[in-house]
This record gives sequence, structure tokens and C-alpha cells, in this order.
Amino acid sequence: MHSVVCIKQVPDSAQIRVHPVTNTIMRQGVPAIINPYDLFALEEALRLKDRFGGTVTVITMGPPMAEVALRKCLSFGADDAILVSDRAFAGADTLATSYALAAAIGKIRENMPVDLIFTGKQTIDGDTAQVGPGIARRLDYQLLTYVSAIREIDHEKREILVERRAEGGVQVLKTKLPCLITMLEGTNEMRYGDMDDMFRAARHPLKQWDRLAAGIEDPNVVGLKGSPTVVGKVFAPKPRSQRAEIIETVDNDPKNLVVTLLAKVFTQHPKLEREIERLAK
Amino acid sequence: MNEPVKKPARKKVELDPRFVNYKHVWVFIEAERGVVHPVSWELLGEGRKLADALGVELAGVVMGPPGERTRQICGEAFHYGADLCYLAQDEVLRDYRNEPYTRALTELVDTYQPEIMLLGASTLGRDLAGSVATTLATGLVADCTELVIEADSRNLASTRPTFGGSLLCTIMTQRHRPQMATVRPRVMAMPDADTARSGRIVEHKLAIIESSIITKVLEFIPDAQQDKPQLAFADIIVSGGRGFKKQENFQLVWDLAKVLGAEVGASRPIVQAGWVELDRQVGQSGKTVRPKLYIAAGISGAIQHRVGMDGSDVIIAINNDPNAPIFDFAHYGIVGNAMQILPALTEAFRAQIALARRAG
Amino acid sequence: MAEKFDLIVVGAGMAGNAAAYTAAKAGLKVLQIERGEYPGSKNVQGAILYADAIEKIIPDFRESAPLERHLIEQRVWVLDDDSYVGSNYRSEEFNREPYNRYTIIRAQFDRWFSEQVTKAGGLVICETTVQQLLMDGQRVVGVRTDRKNGDVFADCVILADGVNSLLAKRAGFHEELKPKDIALAVKEIHFLPQETIEARFNIGEDEGVVIEMAGKVTAGMMGTAFLYTNKESITLGIGCMLSDFKNQKITPYQLLEQMKEHPAIKPLLAGSEMKEYAAHLIPEGGYNAMPPVYGDGWMIAGDAGMFVNGIHREGSNLAMTTGQIAAQTLIDLKTAGKECSAKNLKNYRERLDQSFVMKDLKKYRHMPEVFHKNSQFFTTYPELLNRAAHTMVKVDGIDKKSKEREIRGSFVQARSLFGLLGDAFKLWRAFQAR
Ligand SMILES: Cc1cc2nc3c(=O)[nH]c(=O)nc-3n(C[C@H](O)[C@H](O)[C@H](O)COP(=O)(O)OP(=O)(O)OC[C@H]3O[C@@H](n4cnc5c(N)ncnc54)[C@H](O)[C@@H]3O)c2cc1C
Ligand SMILES: Cc1cc2nc3c(=O)[nH]c(=O)nc-3n(C[C@H](O)[C@H](O)[C@H](O)COP(=O)(O)OP(=O)(O)OC[C@H]3O[C@@H](n4cnc5c(N)ncnc54)[C@H](O)[C@@H]3O)c2cc1C
Ligand SMILES: Nc1ncnc2c1ncn2[C@@H]1O[C@H](COP(=O)(O)O)[C@@H](O)[C@H]1O
Repeated sequence: MHSVVCIKQVPDSAQIRVHPVTNTIMRQGVPAIINPYDLFALEEALRLKDRFGGTVTVITMGPPMAEVALRKCLSFGADDAILVSDRAFAGADTLATSYALAAAIGKIRENMPVDLIFTGKQTIDGDTAQVGPGIARRLDYQLLTYVSAIREIDHEKREILVERRAEGGVQVLKTKLPCLITMLEGTNEMRYGDMDDMFRAARHPLKQWDRLAAGIEDPNVVGLKGSPTVVGKVFAPKPRSQRAEIIETVDNDPKNLVVTLLAKVFTQHPKLEREIERLAK
Repeated sequence: MNEPVKKPARKKVELDPRFVNYKHVWVFIEAERGVVHPVSWELLGEGRKLADALGVELAGVVMGPPGERTRQICGEAFHYGADLCYLAQDEVLRDYRNEPYTRALTELVDTYQPEIMLLGASTLGRDLAGSVATTLATGLVADCTELVIEADSRNLASTRPTFGGSLLCTIMTQRHRPQMATVRPRVMAMPDADTARSGRIVEHKLAIIESSIITKVLEFIPDAQQDKPQLAFADIIVSGGRGFKKQENFQLVWDLAKVLGAEVGASRPIVQAGWVELDRQVGQSGKTVRPKLYIAAGISGAIQHRVGMDGSDVIIAINNDPNAPIFDFAHYGIVGNAMQILPALTEAFRAQIALARRAG
Repeated sequence: MAEKFDLIVVGAGMAGNAAAYTAAKAGLKVLQIERGEYPGSKNVQGAILYADAIEKIIPDFRESAPLERHLIEQRVWVLDDDSYVGSNYRSEEFNREPYNRYTIIRAQFDRWFSEQVTKAGGLVICETTVQQLLMDGQRVVGVRTDRKNGDVFADCVILADGVNSLLAKRAGFHEELKPKDIALAVKEIHFLPQETIEARFNIGEDEGVVIEMAGKVTAGMMGTAFLYTNKESITLGIGCMLSDFKNQKITPYQLLEQMKEHPAIKPLLAGSEMKEYAAHLIPEGGYNAMPPVYGDGWMIAGDAGMFVNGIHREGSNLAMTTGQIAAQTLIDLKTAGKECSAKNLKNYRERLDQSFVMKDLKKYRHMPEVFHKNSQFFTTYPELLNRAAHTMVKVDGIDKKSKEREIRGSFVQARSLFGLLGDAFKLWRAFQAR
């Protein structure tokens, strides 16, 4: 069985700062990490390999420095890694991203059929959850989003049985391979590779594909040019016009503080007082 | 979405001639097993404003199995502001599945040609929106927090958080139609229902046969209703953060919530520490909430938390650090130790409620 | 399947990278093991990079290394509670290429340095901790890591695992470090927009300033503080001897907090966002505290071998130079077909003795002691100096001559004239000692 896992290298958004004047991202010192949601996808693919054998290929579209992320995936146990990188891809929105990734996966398929594609639930920088569905559509793979468990795979019949988190419950779905799975977070835990994996990862010759190598003839379908959405203004969230009204009393005794607070809140929001009485019943 | 690349403000971009006849604003009405996701009504409220700004009609798109209930949903959509509904009833649409829904919605768009289409950013909406937008090769903007019509171009300007909420960006789809956007539940206000309103129904016959659909739903296991917190629709939420330091102390949050009949929420570190379940996480990677009262105790107010609760009517913050960012956007603040303030607050509410009871 | 290498380098800091790069470049089969997520992820330094040492290893480093600002101005401040006296030295000379000193961010610099190791053919493995040295009798034959199938073998192991080398200790090559031989330093990185930094420090793009500080900031302990400008951030730190922290019952963090409140420093940081806090040890025992640095099948480079010049705040350059010399020693042995016995590796120590590393360390070998025994350098003197400056500067109708007399008087009062002369002499001796 051959799984392709799509991963993305993202800036650790917990450490991002915004320039107070120009409203641009200050990148200095912000480490790049593998999109945390993608690790659940990779681990799931590795578990399938443990169960059924086969191959796991990781792929990313990104700048050359994304190589680090791919090597890390190799050290977890992936067999092969492909960096799809070209200046022409810069500024891609989800539609153009899914185009490039689908094309590259199409190339991978020429050498070895792809039974499963895995993506993360979403990225922490783009946060759209659109790239996975986009790839599935372009390759005409069945799409299974928010998968929380893979129950069974029947190789003879080429069937797969999964649990999918839906609104208000869990769907148990059966479909045919090939399909694309976006993996839900918290469903597994990434493994710690052994020393041989580390050696293999460090020595593995990474494949780097540019636009043509990824099988994309037309430069107008990728990157900024291939993106129907256009980013206009980028700006910082408006600070609320007023800071919180800080409640103080002479003694700042908790009892007096809260009494003052409630008096203030309820005079300014009389409806809230009735609401609380209603709910407390 | 890749990171926003700043482009020089372009000259007016012409709409692709294929799309000149695309008119009207659509809202996909998300219904599963006969229950409409409230985000759809919130979107009708928002869609109404857009349609009015453009001077066009607002349509709901209702899909589901044949039967009275599916048709009824159209009626509800009119109450929330739709002028008309496109109704597709078919057995293949009984349970949500990506393939038939994608095919059906794509077909509707191709046939009736809307200029704007909004969907909820629920698990269903995100699944569907991504597939439909790719099929139509049009732009889709996820998790929008603001939607407006740009006066001169009549384009939809969708604003969404980027880089984890540190920044906002406004995104437009200039050449393609429909302009698609998803919005998370509780980001937009719920409109008032006007039961006197009515509208017309446009029925659309699909030609999808079950045997052509590859994915089958074998089973649906509903979440056990009782222990599933319903944070998104709670009227009062008491949330605690890392300021409580120990799990025992977090009991103070539960105590206050109990007196108020409120839901308990938490910041991410609390969820990660396993003190409360995932469904109680408020914020960017948790729930967006919009209660009438949000009490945040021992929470710093990081941007990722803020984006999930900013829309609350009244926010009370308790934090011992006067410089905590939460005070920048809360309405009322107490600078103090949550471990002392919270019990006092619980008592004060208890007394207040008892008093009201005696009076009433 | 345990692999065998010519050389295993433990650690991917300045010393380890210098060693691994030099050996790999010469064609040796090199494995480098780093426990951090990536090289530099755990490394703490001010950080000033002295171009000379890296230039000798990678002559064209300026073309690709991530450098923050080249330094054009050095300020030295002696702080009292709410004042300071200081000197500035700024010269256009420093603005001529090739620049001599740079500020760097270790997390980025180490990563770049490590990429050069990989490019030179070295095998770099991160997120892997070396737990112990594998011994065959007295001889080091490889290392054991914390991963499954984690034993790897080599003819020689260079320990570049930083201050407080657990490996050397565990193998019995080192004794426990003494608190009086190590400084504990804490630092924070404060982010500010580039233009704000350039305006506040009166510098142009890419130009930088260093402020070295002593005095009351260390609360009477032996130590110094520093402030460096990076491109979009300011690094601020303070370090004192571990033994002093133990006696004074003040935490390094408290010191740093106090320091940030100092009226001379606070405005420099105003409006910044603190993003990184780190604490690290610096081995400052100097020449007299140095452990053995080679043996059968092993050598030690960098902080692990106490190669730090505490007085001049030099460490990274000594680390790089010792790493390079260690590798060069091995390369020469290999070329000559000789084995890595203690007898042959003695050549490492001999080369060190010939280099600036040992010469400098020897020169300052009495300094730590002088400072340990004379706390007035960190207590009374800063106060007196500041008071003196204040007296001289203030215009109050008193003639200058009387002022000078008063100043001299207060110095003599605080410490007997004999004591003052003695202090000056001791300091002079320590600096002059060859
Ligand atoms: C991709 C991503 C997604 C994220 N998603 C979310 C999300 O959905 N939701 C979320 O909440 N976070 C999210 N985070 C995390 C977020 O960045 C913050 O780390 C988190 O919200 C901080 O939680 P906190 O306020 O409880 O803890 P802290 O930031 O540690 O704040 C604790 C606060 O308690 C105060 N305090 C301490 N002691 C007391 C006391 N005795 N009495 C009163 N106050 C006290 C302190 O002054 C401080 O302000 C996300 C981060 C990332 C990177
Ligand atoms: C606050 C501060 C400011 C300083 N300022 C300056 C300055 O301005 N200029 C200057 O020249 N010097 C400065 N120094 C000193 C300088 O940082 C050090 O001398 C230098 O980093 C030493 O390099 P090293 O390679 O020996 O050790 P390190 O840089 O500490 O590297 C050791 C490496 O080994 C790894 N490691 C440790 N144990 C293991 C193990 N068991 N297995 C695998 N890997 C392991 C570590 O993760 C680390 O990457 C400063 C130091 C401090 C603390
Ligand atoms: N540039 C990319 N390269 C590879 N995979 C990607 C890329 N962008 C997104 N993905 C995958 O698509 C998922 C959803 O991303 P997003 O739509 O950006 O939220 C991620 O979890 C990844 O698995």
C-alpha cells in the first residue's frame, strides 16, 4: 500500500509578532515547525504501513528550507520525501496550492499507484482546511475529512472503513480506495524513530521538483497567477475602543470588589440581571 | 491560504465575461437529520445585508431527503430573511456525504448562477465548500469575521484572521464567481426570526443515482447529548485559565458556573493539561462563543483565546496582572487573585439570585 | 548494524560545528550528534561573534552566515542604583569592511554553521542525546545514544557538549565543577522594530552597539551585565558566579528584573516585547580550573574544556578555535596513519599551548581569584565612582579643586589608601601576568 502524506512547514504561530507600525509579520526568531496537525496524518500513515506494509511518501510545497521538515518526517519513518519548490508557486492560495500538489502526486503515481493521500485537518498559518478537499477533487479521489479512526482496510475489495467526526456525532463510512483522508488531531501520537531511521533520514537524497518536474506546463495555473483570491489589506485587530473598567474599592477586599462589580454590571446591563435570574432557576 | 503576499493595489480587475450574469446571494442551509445548524441562520442575517447592499435577492439552498421536513426548512429560511429557496430533495442526500452534496451544489450553482455563496465553517461546511470551490475553480475564503460589499467594484470583501489571529486580512475574488466564503458558528449575530415572512421555492430535480456514489454511510453514532457541553450556544460562560495553577483550584470555576447555570469554558493549556474536555476550549482552535456574559478568570487573553470570545456581550476579567492583555478588551476587570475573587463572586451571585427569588 | 566513523562529535555548538566542519572538509567520515531539535535550538549566548575565529575556518562566512549587526560602538558603564558613569568608544574604523565583530542569534547562526557541516559531507543527527561514552578498557571507542539501536563507533570522539560536560564527568575525565568556577548567566531577548532600535542607539542599518555593565546591577556579586543590539531585538543579560548566588540568596531572574528597571536601561527597552528567556552556565574558572582535555580516543573542545575568557567575555571564539585545532590534530594523525592514542593526541594540548587560547587564559589566570577575594570591585567602587562623577558634573558654586579633594577623600574613607593602592596593584598584576 502506498500512502502520500502532505505536510507543510509553518511558522510557529505562538511566537509570531506583528510590527506595531507597519503591521507586517516580524519573522526574526520565529521557528519553523511542521504543521502540528500534519503529524497526526503522518503517524496514521505510518501505522497503516506497520499493519499492512507498503510505502509512505511525504510531500510538501514550499521554499527550499522546508527540506528540514521533510527530513524530520523521514526520521519518523517515512520512506521517501519530495519537495515541490519553484518561485512560480509563490503567493498561491488554496486553489493554486491544491493544483500544484495534485499535479505532483499525479507524477508520483506514474511510478507507484497511490492508494491513500493524507493531509492534516488544517494548517496553523493558513487555517483553511481547504487544501485537502481541493486535492481530492482534482484527482477525483473519494474525500474523507475529519477522520478519527481507520477501522479496516480490505485490500482484495479495495475498501476502507473509517470513523469520521461529523456535526453532532460520528459517521461510520465505507468507501473505495483510492481516497484522501484529512486526519483529526489528537487521534494518535507521533513515534520516536530509532538510530537507523536517523541515519536514513540524514542520508536520504531528497527529491526537489520544480514546476515542470511536477508536471505543470502552464505557469498561469499556480502561484499568485493561479489564485482567484487576492489579498488586499493586512491589518492588526482593532483594539477595543475602551479598556476594561477596572473595579476598585478602598480596601480592595474581594467581597467588596465583587459587590461593586455586580452593582455596576447590573445597572449598565439590566437585561443581564433578569437573564441570570432566569438561568439560575 | 498561503501567507498573504502584498500586491501593488491593482487597477480595476475585470470580471471574467463567463460570469457577467451571476447574480444574487446564496446561503447554504446546513441540515442534518432534519436539524438546521444555527450557523445557517446567522449567515442568512449576514447575507441579507449583502443582498440589500447589492440590491439583489437572498436565497437559501436547502438539500436533503424527500419529505415534509426538508421543505419546512425553506419556510424557516424565509423567517430568517431569505427571499427564495432552492430546494433539492433526493434520497442520495439523506446523510451528508461529500460526493452527492458536492455534485448537487455544483449543479445548482451552474444552473442558477449566484454571485456570492456563504457556508458555515462547520465540519460539514468546510468539507463541502472546499470541494465545491475547487470544482468551480473559484475563490473561497475560510473563517471570515467580516463580510462587506466594496462600494465601487461591488465585490465581496471578506476579512479573516491570519497567522493565528495576530493579523487580519481582507481577501477578494475579483475575476471569478461565485465569491465563496465560510464563517464560523457564532461569529455573526443571530437575526430575529420574522414568522410573517415568506418566499418562493425553486425546486431542482437532481439526476444522481445512488449506485454512482462510492462512499456509503454505515452508521451514525450520535454524541451522548447529556455530557456534551454546548458552549457555542451558552448564554453564560465561566472560563478559567492557567492562573488557577492546580486542578483542584479549577473547582472554583465549576462552583460559580453551577450557581449561574452557566457552562464552563477554558483556555487551551487547561484542556491540554486534561483538566476539562476538548469541547470546552474557547478560541481559535476551540469554540467561538457569543454568550451574554463571559467571565474569564486567570486567563491572559492571548489572541488565540480572544478570537473565540471577543463577540460576547459582556466580558468580566479577573487577573492578578494589571497588564494582562485580557483587560484590553474585557468590559469589566478586577485585578486580583482569582482564588479569592471567584468564591466571593459565587457568593455574591448566590445572594443576588436568592434576593430576586424572594422579591419575585 | 553499528556503523563506524573516523570521528564522532558530540554537540553542535560553536566548538562541535568547528570540529565537525574541519574534519568533514578534510574528507574524514564524520558523525555529529546534537540533542536539541536543531543545532542552536538550545544554545545560549549574548551573542557577540568574533570574526577572526570563524574566518579561519570558513573564510567567506560573511556571504551566507546570518549576522545581525556589526558593532561600531562599545559602551562601558559602571552603574549605581540610579546613575552610571561610562565611556563610549565609537569609530568609523569599525564601519569598514571586513567587519570585526557582529551580534548574532545563536539559534540561527548554529543552524547555518551546521548546514556547512552537512555540505562538507558530515552526517548531522539532531534530537538525539549521547548518554555515555563506549569504552574498551581505557579507550573511548564510540558513543551510546538514547535511541533504539543507538550505539555508534569511531576512532575518535570529540566532546563539544558544552559547559558542565556530563559525558566527561560520567567517564571520569572531569571532576564536578566548582561553583566558584562557573558563572550563571540569564538573558532575555526583547523585540523592537528595527527603526526604533536604530533611532534609540543612534545607529544605521546593520550597525550595532554593545553595552558592557558592571556595578550595582550585580548586587555586590562578582559579575557583569550586557546589552547587545540585534536587527529587530535587544539582548539583555547578566551573569554572576554561581557561588555568589548561593550566598546572596538572590535569583538571577530578580537581578535581571532589577536591571531592567534601572533608569539608564529602562528607556532603551520601552515598548518592547520579551520573547525569550534563557539561563546558562559559563565556565569561568580559567586556566587554573582547566581539566585534562585529551586521552585515549577522545578530545574536549569549547566550554566543555573550560575554554572561556571570562574577563573579555570571549567564549565562542575559543570554542571554535579549540574545535578546529582538535579536528586538525586528528586529520594529521589520520594522514600520517597514526592511531588516536593519548600519546598521539597529546599533540592537541601542545597546539593549544601555542595558540592565543592558552596564552590568553594563562595571562588572566589570577583574575578570578582577585575578584573573588575583593568584593569592593562590585560594591563600593561603583557607588564611589558614580558619586564622584555626580560631584564633578553638578554645578553648585564649589570650586573644582575642592571637589577633587572631596572625591579622593571619599575613596580613601571607604577603603584605606593602602587598600586602594593594593587593589590597583592586584588588578594590574592580574592583567599583566604572562
Ligand atoms: C495554533 C494555536 C492555537 C491556539 N488555540 C488556542 C485556543 O483555541 N484557545 C486558547 O485559549 N488558546 C489557544 N492557544 C494558546 C494561546 O496562545 C495561549 O497560550 C493560551 O490562551 C494561554 O492560556 P492562559 O491564558 O490560560 O495561560 P497564561 O497565558 O499562562 O495566562 C495565565 C494568566 O493567569 C494570570 N494569573 C496567574 N495567577 C493568577 C491568580 N492567582 N489569579 C488571577 N490571575 C492569575 C496571569 O497573570 C496570566 O495572565 C493557541 C495557540 C496556538 C499556537
Ligand atoms: C549569556 C551568555 C553570553 C555569552 N556571550 C558571549 C559572547 O558575547 N561572545 C562569545 O564569544 N561568547 C559568549 N558566551 C560564551 C559562549 O556562548 C560559549 O563559550 C560557546 O557557546 C561555547 O560553545 P560550545 O560549542 O563549547 O558549547 P555550546 O554552544 O553550549 O554547545 C554544546 C552543544 O552540545 C549539545 N549537547 C550537550 N550535551 C549533549 C549530549 N549528551 N548529546 C548530544 N548533544 C549534546 C548541546 O545541545 C549544545 O548544542 C556567552 C555565554 C553565555 C551563557
Ligand atoms: N504547501 C503545502 N504543502 C503540502 N501540504 C499542504 C500545503 N498546504 C496545505 N497542505 C496540506 O493541507 C492541509 C490543510 O491545509 P490548509 O488548507 O492550509 O488549512 C494541511 O494540514 C496539509 O496537510
